[in-house]
Amino acid sequence: MAFLVALVVWIVALGLAIPFFTQWWWMPPAITEHARAVDSQFNLTLLGTGIIFIVAQAALGYAVFRFGRKRSEPADYVHGSDRWEVLWTAATTIMFVGLTLMGYTVWAEARFLDDRNVTPSADRIVIEVTGQQFVWNMRYPGADGKFGPLDLSLVDDAMGNALGINRSHPDAKDDVVTPRMAVPVNKEVDLILRTKDVLHNFFVPELRIKLDTVPGLIGRLHFKADKVGTYTVACSELCGLGHHEMGSYLDVMEQADFDKWMADQSAYLQY
Amino acid sequence: MSEVAQYVEVHRHPEPKSFLWKYIFSIDHKVIGIQYLMLALVAAFLGMGLSLLLRLRLVWPNDPIAILGTLFPNGAPDGLMTPEFYLSMLTMHGTIMVFMVLTTAPQGGFGNYFLPIQIGAADMAFPRLNMLSFWTTFASFLALIMAFFVQGGAPMSGWTAYPPLSAVHAATLGGTGQDWWIISIALFCVASMLGALNFIVTTLHLRAKGLTMMRLPLTVWTWFVTAILGLLAFGVLLAAGVLLLMDRNLGTSFFVPAGLIINDVPVNHSGGSPILWQHLFWFFGHPEVYIAILPGMGVTSHLLSTFARKPVFGYRAMVYAVLAIGALGFVVWGHHMFVSGMSPYSGFVFSVLTMCIGVPSAIKTFNWIGTLWGGKIRFTSPMLYAIGFVSLFVTGGISGIFLGQPAIDLFFHDTYFVVAHFHLIMGVAAIFGMFGGMAFWFPKMFGRMMSEGLNKLHFWITFIGVYCIFGPMHYLGMLPHPRRYPDIVSVGYLMEGGAPQIHYFITIAAMITVTAQFLFLINLIWSLFAGKKAPDNPWDATTLEWAVPSPPPHDNFAGKIPVVYRGPYEFAVPKAKRDFVMQCNSDEMAYGPAAAGD
Repeated sequence: MAFLVALVVWIVALGLAIPFFTQWWWMPPAITEHARAVDSQFNLTLLGTGIIFIVAQAALGYAVFRFGRKRSEPADYVHGSDRWEVLWTAATTIMFVGLTLMGYTVWAEARFLDDRNVTPSADRIVIEVTGQQFVWNMRYPGADGKFGPLDLSLVDDAMGNALGINRSHPDAKDDVVTPRMAVPVNKEVDLILRTKDVLHNFFVPELRIKLDTVPGLIGRLHFKADKVGTYTVACSELCGLGHHEMGSYLDVMEQADFDKWMADQSAYLQY
Repeated sequence: MSEVAQYVEVHRHPEPKSFLWKYIFSIDHKVIGIQYLMLALVAAFLGMGLSLLLRLRLVWPNDPIAILGTLFPNGAPDGLMTPEFYLSMLTMHGTIMVFMVLTTAPQGGFGNYFLPIQIGAADMAFPRLNMLSFWTTFASFLALIMAFFVQGGAPMSGWTAYPPLSAVHAATLGGTGQDWWIISIALFCVASMLGALNFIVTTLHLRAKGLTMMRLPLTVWTWFVTAILGLLAFGVLLAAGVLLLMDRNLGTSFFVPAGLIINDVPVNHSGGSPILWQHLFWFFGHPEVYIAILPGMGVTSHLLSTFARKPVFGYRAMVYAVLAIGALGFVVWGHHMFVSGMSPYSGFVFSVLTMCIGVPSAIKTFNWIGTLWGGKIRFTSPMLYAIGFVSLFVTGGISGIFLGQPAIDLFFHDTYFVVAHFHLIMGVAAIFGMFGGMAFWFPKMFGRMMSEGLNKLHFWITFIGVYCIFGPMHYLGMLPHPRRYPDIVSVGYLMEGGAPQIHYFITIAAMITVTAQFLFLINLIWSLFAGKKAPDNPWDATTLEWAVPSPPPHDNFAGKIPVVYRGPYEFAVPKAKRDFVMQCNSDEMAYGPAAAGD
């Protein structure tokens, strides 16, 4: 029995750990500096926790194996050891808190730069992302770089004005709203996250960023994608019966392609 | 009672005679404990059945289940579950499991039954409050079941019930399911606070002579700290629930801000904040995790020591770790909200505190292994469950180190990685604590042994089964597969990278594991009537409940409360006559008349 219990503990632990170290099922490729920083923090954590995991499970199995066999001598009458308590308390504290402190810069990179000036410029574009049951609306400010004002009384999905853009306002004339997000490669992108109704969550796995769109609040994310491609946008906060269908795409394009795409979108506005 | 060296006579209360007062509206903590356990058992099978439906819908969305079509013509027309029905079942699965199983059985069930006996009390401090607590819980359970059958069906906003989805009728299919859910939770909060109060006072005031706090069994310590958590946490959820009910029905706007538009119709609310709910909910929700797992940790410590025939390694460290977990448990709730849009500064603070709570958890793990080390292990079924608990606790805990770091959590939040994490640690590990407790204490509660063979078979299938279910969910989280999606087929990228194969594997493992739970149920029922008669102390254990008959008399000690001489885990004591010395054994009984003089 002792051997069987130990063996099963070891097998399930190894079985669980191996795919992590062989990367059989892995995160989609990272396409930003931030995403790569997250990955290296993940790998560091995987290494640290992996060691603890293997050591703990191995020790558990070994203790069961060694002290579960028929023994003639009695069990040890021991009530503990301060030395060991101090050792494993200190070791785990250093590792756990150390990991957090190391991950802190990655977290700061994603979230602490919120308050910077988010005006579009030559090397920066701003997109307003508005969730609603169960679609995403991506609004671009157009050539003037200014978002037009929104008027709730103008919201009319059936007539194609999901956001209630007041088109009579000069800033709003060239605002482009699309269901997909397109961005130029290697360009800073600032997102303004909103929702019309309930909580949603903007998540692009390849960017490794995720933020709720919260009713009544504005959320901000930014990224600079350096790999052309099409990526999935997935809603990651339960938003109702169509939650799973609330997907979209992020198209990272060459600048020229993006300009053409933008021109096409703007052309539709004329009609 | 021959194990008791000396006792203190106390006033005896007569046993009620009528069936109604003896078994239904009983004020005997043992009957109430069994009532809680029966409620949890029914709830566990219900919740487990729902989880199987979820798994089936995920991988075979187009295969009808005829009985569902009959039971829920709206939710599952022609036996095909709609996505909204999936979300309702998901909400109910979570709610039933967290509240009606994980909160009731370890604390209300085992705690109620064994805390008074282990501390040498004739009953709880407030027996009538105890009865009220159970029946309020029962009413809460009925209210929750009501939610299935009212117009609109069960709520679909998840067990976390985030507004506005839970607050605004137009955001879902409407109906009163969510209201019944809130009423149920509110009642549950009241019941839990009453119970918690009782546990705290009982532990502090009714301990037997000689039973100092540092001689308490670790089970009592965990029930005590769990009660403190419950008393402080459930009040907050109660308040939040009442506010949400008002938002839904009285036109208030605690959680709903202005300017919402659903289906082109403006929502008539203004001034509230959805984040407020999240703070209130998780201020309760995180201590709740420890309410579920702490008693399991206590039982595991107890069982490992008893069946390794060796004192608990680092008893004091174990007590301090439980206290640290209890205290830190109240200041880490924000790690559930890293993606909520709250200030990133608070995210950092919550992250550091969250990592700190990993330390006492690690201390407990190492001490458990230290308890086994140098022992003389008896592989009884309770011991197997306890070893399983440690393995599952390590596995479930380790993923918390990833999720506690906001930068990494940004990727994993709301994916199957999280589902794997909390099911392993708060769900399955806690339930292994209950299996262990049941196998261990069944002879005391019912006077008959459970079948060891059936229990061991059940252990093996369940232990391997839960690893096959929740292990691969980590990989789904890597892909990453968002949770709370009713369908993998209609979401293109989820069909890539091997995700469907993992899902099939999990569903098949779930079917086998769920089936195996009937082994445990059969064992319970069979042993109740046909199990081998249990002696007073079948496991050679040391704590007070093993000094009284199985099952114990009405007031536990027949008016003679034992005097306690020593700590709870005196195994392998040198020179003792047996390899264990009970708490109520005097030195003379332990070592024989000659040695006692030394």
